Amino acid sequence: MSWWPVIALCASAYALKVLGLVVGDRLDRETSERWSLEIVVVPVLAALIVIQTFTTGQRFVLDARTPALLVAAVLVWRKAPFVVVALAAAATAALLRLVA
Amino acid sequence: MSNDPVFRNALSIGVATAVYAVSFGVLSVAARFSVLQTCVMSVFCFTGASQLTFVSVIAAGGGVAGALPPALLLAGRNAVYALSLKGVLSGSAPKRALRAQVVVDETTAMAHAQPTLAAKRRAFDLTAVCLFTAWNIGTLVGAVAGSGLGNPRDYGLDAVFPAVFLALLAPQLRGPEAMRVAVAGALIALALVPIAPAGVPIIASALVAVPVLLAAGRRRARIVVGQAPEVGQ
Repeated sequence: MSWWPVIALCASAYALKVLGLVVGDRLDRETSERWSLEIVVVPVLAALIVIQTFTTGQRFVLDARTPALLVAAVLVWRKAPFVVVALAAAATAALLRLVA
Repeated sequence: MSNDPVFRNALSIGVATAVYAVSFGVLSVAARFSVLQTCVMSVFCFTGASQLTFVSVIAAGGGVAGALPPALLLAGRNAVYALSLKGVLSGSAPKRALRAQVVVDETTAMAHAQPTLAAKRRAFDLTAVCLFTAWNIGTLVGAVAGSGLGNPRDYGLDAVFPAVFLALLAPQLRGPEAMRVAVAGALIALALVPIAPAGVPIIASALVAVPVLLAAGRRRARIVVGQAPEVGQ
C-alpha cells in the first residue's frame, strides 16, 4: 500500500480538528458568553448515543444494546459511579448475546 | 491518582478503547497496510470511527477515493467538538496544536461533564493521555499479533460507549433548554440515518443548538444596551 492514502487521511482529519478550533476563536471574539458554544456538544452527544445504540449502518436495529442502554440510564439516574455504568452496560449486552 | 474519579473514568474508557484499537490493527493489516502505516494512522489520524471505516472500505475494494469521503464525514464531528471546547483548548500555540489532535468523542464528553473550566481542562488532558496510549498500544498489538481477542461485541463493548456518553451527557442537561436540545438532536440524527451517509446525522444534530445560541446572543445584546448582567448561566 502506498503512503499517500495514509497521509491524506491523517492530514484531513487533523485539518478538521483545527478548523473547529479556528472557527471557535472567531466566534469567541464576537461573543463572550462562554457556555453558549458549549451547548453545541449536547445534541451531538445525544445523537451519538442513539446512533450507537439503535442503528447498524443505515438500518435501525433493536438488539442487546437497547436493554444495555436502559440499564445504563437507570444507573446514571441513580447516580451510580461511571465505571459501574460502563461495566453494567457491557455485562447486560454480553450476557444477552450469550443467552440468545 | 487511583483515587481520582476522573482518572479512573479515563482509564476505563481507555480499556474499552484498546479492544477496538486491536480490531483496527487487525483490519488495517488485512487491508494491506503495513504495521508502520497502521501505527502512523493511529498516531496522526487518531479518530477511531474514521480509521475503522477507512480501512474497511479499502479492504472491501472501495479504493482510496471511496474510503476517504466516509472517513472524513465521520471525522467532521471533531470540528464541532473543537468549536465547543474553546475554553479548554487554550494555551500557547504549540499546546493548542497538540490538544487539537486529541479532540475526539471521549475527550470532549469527559471535559464537558466537569463543572469548572479548570476541571474541564484537567479531564480533557487526562482522558487524552489514557485514550491516546490505549489506542496506539492496542493498534500495535492488533497489527503485529493479529486477532487474539475476538469481536469486541462479544464482550458487550459496543454497548459501553453509548452508556458512557450518557453518563457524561447527564451532568450537562441542566434545565429544560439543554434537555430539549438533546432530544431534538437525537431525533434529527435518527431521522437522517436512513437517508444520509454515516457521519452526517451526527454533525447535523449540532444545528439544533443554533436557535439557542442566537437567543443567547440576543440576551447579550440587551445586557450591552445597559441592563444588569444575569448571574449564573
